[in-house]
Amino acid sequence: MLRRRSTDLTGDGGGDGTPLLAVERLEVDFPTADGVVHAVRGVDLELRSGEVLGIVGESGSGKSVTAMATMGLLPRSARIRGSVRYRGHELLRRSEKQLMGYRGKSIAMIFQDPMTSLNPVYSVGWQIAEAIRAHQDVSKEEATRRAVELLRKVGIPNPEERVASYPHEFSGGMRQRVVIAIAIANDPDVILADEPTTALDVTVQAQVLEALGAALHTTHAALLLITHDLGVIAGLADRVVVMYAGRPVEVGTVDDIFYAPAMPYTLGLLGSLPRVDTDGSERLRPIPGAPPSMLGDLRGCPFAPRCPIAEDRCRAVEPELAAVAGEHAGHLAACHLAERVRASGTPLFAATSADTDGDGDGDGGDRRP
Amino acid sequence: MAERTDLRHLAPAGRGGQPGGAGRRWPRRPGRSPIPAAGGEARHLGDEHGLGGTARKQWQLVLRRFVRQPRAVLALLVFALLGIGSTVMTATWRYSYTTLTNTIATVGQGGPSLAHPFGVDPIGHDLLAQVMQGTKEDVQTALLVAVISAFIGTTIGALAGFFRGWVDPVLMRFTDFVLAVPLLAILIVLGNVASKQSGSWLWVAIIIGVLAWTYVARLVRADFLSLRERDFVEAARAIGASNRRIIVRHLLPNAIGPIIVNATLTVANAIILESTLSYLGLGIQPPDVSLGTLVASGQGDATTFWWLFVFPAAFIVVLVLSINFIGDGLREAFDPRKTRVRA
Amino acid sequence: MAHTDATKGAGRTAPPPSPSTRHACRAPDLYDLSVLAYLLRRLAASIVILVLASMLVFVLVANSGDPLALLRLNPHTPEAVYAARRAALHLNDPLWQRYWIWFTGALHGNFGLTIGNQPVAPQLWSHLLVTLEMVLIATAVAIVVGIGIGVLAAVRQGKPFDVGAAFTSYLFISTPVFVTGLVLKEFVAIPINNAVGHTVLYTLGQESPNLSGGFWQRLPDYAGHAVLPVLTLVLVTYPAWSIYQRSSMLEALDSDYVRLARAKGLHPRRVLIRHTLRNALIPVTTVIALDFAAVLGGAIVTENVYSWQGMGTWFYQGVTNLDFNTVQAYLLVTAFFVIALNFVADVLYGILDPRIRYG
Repeated sequence: MLRRRSTDLTGDGGGDGTPLLAVERLEVDFPTADGVVHAVRGVDLELRSGEVLGIVGESGSGKSVTAMATMGLLPRSARIRGSVRYRGHELLRRSEKQLMGYRGKSIAMIFQDPMTSLNPVYSVGWQIAEAIRAHQDVSKEEATRRAVELLRKVGIPNPEERVASYPHEFSGGMRQRVVIAIAIANDPDVILADEPTTALDVTVQAQVLEALGAALHTTHAALLLITHDLGVIAGLADRVVVMYAGRPVEVGTVDDIFYAPAMPYTLGLLGSLPRVDTDGSERLRPIPGAPPSMLGDLRGCPFAPRCPIAEDRCRAVEPELAAVAGEHAGHLAACHLAERVRASGTPLFAATSADTDGDGDGDGGDRRP
Repeated sequence: MAERTDLRHLAPAGRGGQPGGAGRRWPRRPGRSPIPAAGGEARHLGDEHGLGGTARKQWQLVLRRFVRQPRAVLALLVFALLGIGSTVMTATWRYSYTTLTNTIATVGQGGPSLAHPFGVDPIGHDLLAQVMQGTKEDVQTALLVAVISAFIGTTIGALAGFFRGWVDPVLMRFTDFVLAVPLLAILIVLGNVASKQSGSWLWVAIIIGVLAWTYVARLVRADFLSLRERDFVEAARAIGASNRRIIVRHLLPNAIGPIIVNATLTVANAIILESTLSYLGLGIQPPDVSLGTLVASGQGDATTFWWLFVFPAAFIVVLVLSINFIGDGLREAFDPRKTRVRA
Repeated sequence: MAHTDATKGAGRTAPPPSPSTRHACRAPDLYDLSVLAYLLRRLAASIVILVLASMLVFVLVANSGDPLALLRLNPHTPEAVYAARRAALHLNDPLWQRYWIWFTGALHGNFGLTIGNQPVAPQLWSHLLVTLEMVLIATAVAIVVGIGIGVLAAVRQGKPFDVGAAFTSYLFISTPVFVTGLVLKEFVAIPINNAVGHTVLYTLGQESPNLSGGFWQRLPDYAGHAVLPVLTLVLVTYPAWSIYQRSSMLEALDSDYVRLARAKGLHPRRVLIRHTLRNALIPVTTVIALDFAAVLGGAIVTENVYSWQGMGTWFYQGVTNLDFNTVQAYLLVTAFFVIALNFVADVLYGILDPRIRYG
């Protein structure tokens, strides 16, 4: 279905040896009672050391599944094709025991919901110490001592006392800091953060991102930051991958994505983002409709039903991810009309109003094949 | 075991309900999501379907999910065959269950034959006629128990969950009482009284039904407690809907899945309870027969006249098994998230 | 109370939280008081239920007929004897007074007389021992078997073991106790005994008559008698627990915290035992405790099938003979055990789940 080379994605001179993490032609299917769900339909990514790569997309776009597949954490029922390599070592189709050495030590992960990702029956110190002792030959006392240090590093006040507390005694933001502490416990090279702030209060999000930033600073790890929040991406990421319906639809630097988007979906995402640089009278411009069902096969561009400028060929042929004409080689988009979008620069989506709402519902209804 | 709540443990215990008995009032820990989603993406599917349609579509969906499970469909066929078949057979079979035939079971004869497919007993009853009669009475009894207990349970659970007030503690205390003593023990006491008055299946159904409603009540109560806080109830109230209308039109339809699943499992449980009671001689009384009384009278000769024991016993097991599979299938049909992604 | 200490001691090695952290967790002393209050409240509620239940049953049994009808049937019974027996059983008093006599007596461990004019209490204890032997062994075995099968089935979800275990569970769950017991007795034990040539598996009673010797000499005989009833009870009890354990395991296996444990790079065995099983056991303890009443119910039938002289048989005979004091004593003791076990489960729940302690 997809024939892109991963080198296409990096373009701007990332070819110095093997990348830290390379995802190639990743496809993930879930057989369900209702049919096969094509959650990921061909993802190529490269993460170089020290960089922050953002993945943006609505829920259901396959971004979390990509991260889970990388860690080998998908349910057994998932059918996975393609390749995920860490420093050249294949991670897919490996047993739990084979992955033990990589997980936590080379690649660590931060999950979306801090309320559920810590084990409720053990103290946070115990859980951090357990992570340390999984990869380092230290005594329990030493591990606990380091756990206190880690808690301090991620900004937990009174870490000496809080180390013995249970997760339910922490707020969501504090718990996510604990998860971050676990992630950096073994100095990983790669951290996968799957919507690390989505489940949190807006006021807490910034603090957790700060803790994440501090964590990156101490470990010098590369970060794969998955989010649907462009605001988070703008502040942290070097490069951005926009995903839609299980595949990347636009890839580029933060500037590419924010100032020269070449795919209507990206444009739509930006329109849904509240801006502070306008006078505030401008309405938000949501994308009408909902993402397509990933059940069964799609025909044409998956975004076409919601796209205001879709043409017949968009509904017939799914566009490939290709370099945007007139841009640098690292800016790719999967859109037949990429040049036109890039050139126009005008809002494609109407401001929120009653009639577009009605439209949106109508579109959402008949999106199934 | 005579009485068990066992399969009910698996029934959807209300929204976000904690397994393990709503009767327990420990300060609950926050309910975990029951969604065993596939890494995040597949989990949206169920909701999409669930929210999309009208009530009618929902039923079609439930039906579709049910018929997709071969085991449940097969079980439904078996149950229908046993239920309808036994009714037809008791009316048309050449012997009645009270007929004394000329053949009797003695050493080396009386076993299954063309004339008596299930054999005869030592005094000449045709066992097929008896098993059919027993099956019919068992199914009748169990269905009545399910109707009684679902009705009482839903009513009381709904009142307790919706109005709370004094109904709620009374319900919970009564539930505690039923939980504290083996249900079978209470049934034995009641059965001993009832069987002296009348040994008809109707009485047995009533005494079981009157005790078996507590689980439904707790289920509905738990459901209502959470449903009544939901926005659509607020909305209904805002436009001036009466309490009665809110309960009947808004809350009940939302709780109907667990009620139906549980009523099904009650049928299975009732057959076990009824046959146990009848086996102990405190349920259905002669001249009526139930599968339990047949097993009881056949047990003494189980090794010589094996058919006297094996046929009625096998019918109980097949009957209960089929209902349990139907209940299981219904649960999956109503609440597919629990079993969404399967290997 | 001892259990509060146990609750407190569970894994809490840290110094008490300083005042600055009080917003997140209450001080332990305050907390323990609230648990104590909670447990006491529960206990009080249980006692009220127990009393109400005993009243209800008393009225029911007392109104079921004349317990001395058999005595009446014998024309040679002198009227004086009959009257004396009626008086001894307080049958001439009003119902509430009879209940009060029973109630105050029971508080002192005096459960009154049987209709056979024997004190109830000694009979109660001897029958109780017989039943407890069967029920406790069966529960212990069923817990091990049920949890073991549930865990294995969850780990091998969808594999032949899982499918086979599910079918077996459903089969046993759909089989009434008396059928399971009779099948084991008639079609397993008797053929085995015939094949061996002498009785290995006893099918009648809890021990051979005229047994002599010390406990250790009698033990094989007890065991030979106990195998089938215990097996029967296990077979009807374990399936629900194993199905429940399986779904509880699957839920835990799919939880975020187990995913995080795997993402930490822990050994799969550690993930399974320390994270998955440890959490999956919590809800199962409640289910097992709540099912204890059902196990006792199953014991009534099992004792009937194997002619054990336990509580169940004793109770059953008490009911059919309208022996109200026997029935009352049975229900009281049974309810006591069920309530006590629920109490233990509550405490255990609190130990297993640290969140409970803070409500």
